[in-house]
Amino acid sequence: MHLIRYNEIVAERVGMMIVEAPYVAEHRKAGQFIILIIDEFGERVPFTIADADSKEGTITIYYQIVGKSTDKLSTLKAGDFIKDIAGPLGHATEIKKYGTVLCIGGGIGMAPLYPIAEAMKSAGNRLLGVLGSRNSSLLILEDPFKKICDEFLLFTDDGSAGEKGFVTHGLEQFSSGGKIDLVVAIGPVPMMKAVSDMTKVTGIPTLVSLNSIMVDGTGMCGGCRVTVGGKTLFTCVDGPEFDAHEVDFDELMMRHKTYRKEEAESHELHRHKCRLDGMI
Amino acid sequence: MNKEKQIMPEQKPEERIKNFDEVSLGFSSDMAVLEAQRCLQCKNSPCVQGCPVNVNIPAFISKIRDEKFLDAYGIIKGTNSLPAVCGRVCPQESQCEERCVLRNKFGSVSIGKLERFVADHERNTENVLEIRDTEKTGKRVAVVGSGPAGLTAAGELISMGHDVTVFEALHSPGGVLVYGIPEFRLPKDIVHYEIDALVRAGVEIVTNRVIGISESLDDLLEKYDAVFIGTGAGLPSFLNIPGENLQGVYSANEYLTRINLMKAYMFPEYDTPVIRGRRVTVLGGGNVAMDSARTALRLGSEEVHLVYRRSMEEMPARTEEIHHAEEEGVIFDLLANPVEFLGDENGHLKSVRCIRMQLGAPDDSGRRRPTEVEGSEFEIETDVAIVAVGNGPNPIVQRSTPGMETSRRGNIVVDGRTMRTSKKGVFAGGDIVSGAATVIEAMGAGRNAASSIDEYLKTGQW
Ligand SMILES: Cc1cc2nc3c(=O)[nH]c(=O)nc-3n(C[C@H](O)[C@H](O)[C@H](O)COP(=O)(O)OP(=O)(O)OC[C@H]3O[C@@H](n4cnc5c(N)ncnc54)[C@H](O)[C@@H]3O)c2cc1C
Ligand SMILES: Cc1cc2nc3c(=O)[nH]c(=O)nc-3n(C[C@H](O)[C@H](O)[C@H](O)COP(=O)(O)OP(=O)(O)OC[C@H]3O[C@@H](n4cnc5c(N)ncnc54)[C@H](O)[C@@H]3O)c2cc1C
Ligand code: SF4
Ligand code: SF4
Ligand code: FES
Repeated sequence: MHLIRYNEIVAERVGMMIVEAPYVAEHRKAGQFIILIIDEFGERVPFTIADADSKEGTITIYYQIVGKSTDKLSTLKAGDFIKDIAGPLGHATEIKKYGTVLCIGGGIGMAPLYPIAEAMKSAGNRLLGVLGSRNSSLLILEDPFKKICDEFLLFTDDGSAGEKGFVTHGLEQFSSGGKIDLVVAIGPVPMMKAVSDMTKVTGIPTLVSLNSIMVDGTGMCGGCRVTVGGKTLFTCVDGPEFDAHEVDFDELMMRHKTYRKEEAESHELHRHKCRLDGMI
Repeated sequence: MNKEKQIMPEQKPEERIKNFDEVSLGFSSDMAVLEAQRCLQCKNSPCVQGCPVNVNIPAFISKIRDEKFLDAYGIIKGTNSLPAVCGRVCPQESQCEERCVLRNKFGSVSIGKLERFVADHERNTENVLEIRDTEKTGKRVAVVGSGPAGLTAAGELISMGHDVTVFEALHSPGGVLVYGIPEFRLPKDIVHYEIDALVRAGVEIVTNRVIGISESLDDLLEKYDAVFIGTGAGLPSFLNIPGENLQGVYSANEYLTRINLMKAYMFPEYDTPVIRGRRVTVLGGGNVAMDSARTALRLGSEEVHLVYRRSMEEMPARTEEIHHAEEEGVIFDLLANPVEFLGDENGHLKSVRCIRMQLGAPDDSGRRRPTEVEGSEFEIETDVAIVAVGNGPNPIVQRSTPGMETSRRGNIVVDGRTMRTSKKGVFAGGDIVSGAATVIEAMGAGRNAASSIDEYLKTGQW
């Protein structure tokens, strides 16, 4: 059982949770994730470790409320418990001095991106940052990210914050401004695909972190399989980061839809039950 | 002599495919005694030679005959730490019961079912065997993986006085016993009971810990005097044919894990979903394939096909499972092989294209090699396909451990007698060494490793 220290909504449909997990806090590296099980009925849900405090024995996750499990997470309060937390899982990001590193975050992708950006900066890289979301109310981690970047650009689809446009505009602007040695792009799959298509042309090595649907997270089920360079790989143990130029993004998007029907049914039932509970 | 084999009562097929309760209902005491009376108490006891851990079969059967069920339990426990499990899942027909002298004329003594009876009796009467107070050695052993190999090693080591910590990647210990083998064949309560007994005996179990990712084997070696690796054959093989990543194509591991471990059969009460196909096709012919097919029936699928490339005789699954699957209505498409998965415009699986096979000359394994019959392709309409064509060794520990010798297939290489790996202080056993095998063989390996670890801890010699 893991005690929740803090759990609040920090942007539109985005929650931030600080939860006790001393082992994870001590061993985690940038780029790694956990799998949690909320309660006895819970599924195994993966979240990136956005931050950790090994003295306090806590980790921080950001979650976007999209379905039943993340909805359930958002109803928990400080003082409640999470049943299981497994991790740290996945390969850590290869942190070293590349030269100039451009970190591009879209929406909730900022949560996994931030610790990587921080580590890249500490490793002596010049850090460029681009952050994008649909509108200003969805932004997370903007301030700390801006603070660690040597140069930073912000975009929203509707122009409610920063420039109006997509993160790919930021990529264009920075690309014309000088040599970039590595791009790290984390966000919705269409965004990662768009970035990857562009850097493929310009030949900038690009890393993406994939969010396949997972079960065990230990390489046992193959549910998280992705096609990378024509080969089947497992996101949980071979990734979650891959060479963007080799990833079959279309297949990943297709596989994300696997449980649409079941998830909608279960989420609706959950909301219905919550409403009923609320009435009692 | 009483020649009639006692028939264990079972749920009727039409009833049982509507629930996840155990199919076999177990012997009553009277039936067990009658069955025990069939045993001839052979002096040379060929049955014992057929058991990978040499359970003293005539001895325990004789105790059943005298209605001394707990004594019988004590005898079995001497060499087999999980009798309730083995009595249910051992392929007895190719092990102990294959060698029984009564086999050809009257049918073997139901050794497995008797073993199961004795273990269930012990559990139901809660007459837990006393835990002996062994003197502590002060040595610490880490066990990686909590399948039958790891659990057996842990049980032996704790009784030798060593401190034992088991590290398990999943949230629930038991390995394949909890995530793979379905409830209707092996109720999870039984596995939990056995694990509780280990915990009571002092074994520490740490779940949610993936060794090789969260922490390395070398990290463990700094904190423990010896390490046993029992990480199993959990790496699912795929067919590598077009369309395998369509929505609706599962590895058997994923399908069974969702349903057994995560209880997707009770979705949406439980949060984990699984696609409930109207038509389901399982590819493969082993226990894993049978378990998948029979699980699909219980999820309410109207039509469940099982496609296997050889004929019924070559099927590696236990005879009992094949028989149960047939009774329950699984449609066997034998001598057929999948060549492609076909989907709709949204990426949902629609059908599996297969090709007919014929059996040619025997191959290395002695089984006749199947070859394709040209132009014989056909399609099976299906919403869900389950790929059950085998599992490879779990690669995580080997990959992250420099100096660990592995075979061409990626299995950990050990000395067959001592179970020592190429790394000092590290032992291994079970499916990670042998490749996918059986519960009882994994337990045998765990047991051998434990005595060899004990020797190493006492002498310090490698
Ligand atoms: C390695 C990894 C790290 C992740 N880190 C984070 C994180 O830090 N913060 C965060 O908010 N989310 C993260 N995710 C995604 C998160 O796990 C899913 O959003 C979550 O499982 C949704 O659960 P749910 O029950 O609330 O929604 P569901 O009911 O499962 O899904 C709702 C909708 O989301 C889509 N969906 C389902 N699973 C995923 C997925 N894995 N990725 C994208 N869309 C999905 C479905 O198509 C569905 O339409 C990560 C995923 C992985 C694999
Ligand atoms: C569906 C199915 C049905 C079967 N039916 C039968 C049957 O009827 N009869 C029979 O005799 N055999 C059967 N088998 C085979 C039998 O279950 C296996 O041979 C046996 O479980 C092997 O035991 P093991 O201890 O070596 O490994 P496993 O049972 O595979 O256990 C390995 C454990 O190690 C854990 N692990 C893996 N990597 C790590 C890591 N890096 N860190 C920490 N933990 C880790 C895994 O999560 C798992 O819990 C079946 C197998 C399957 C899949
Ligand atoms: S352990 Fe298995 S093989 Fe040995 S006697 Fe029991 S059922 Fe037979
Ligand atoms: S071989 Fe058969 S009859 Fe003989 S001792 Fe073994 S179980 Fe009994
Ligand atoms: S989540 Fe099961 S193999 Fe990756």
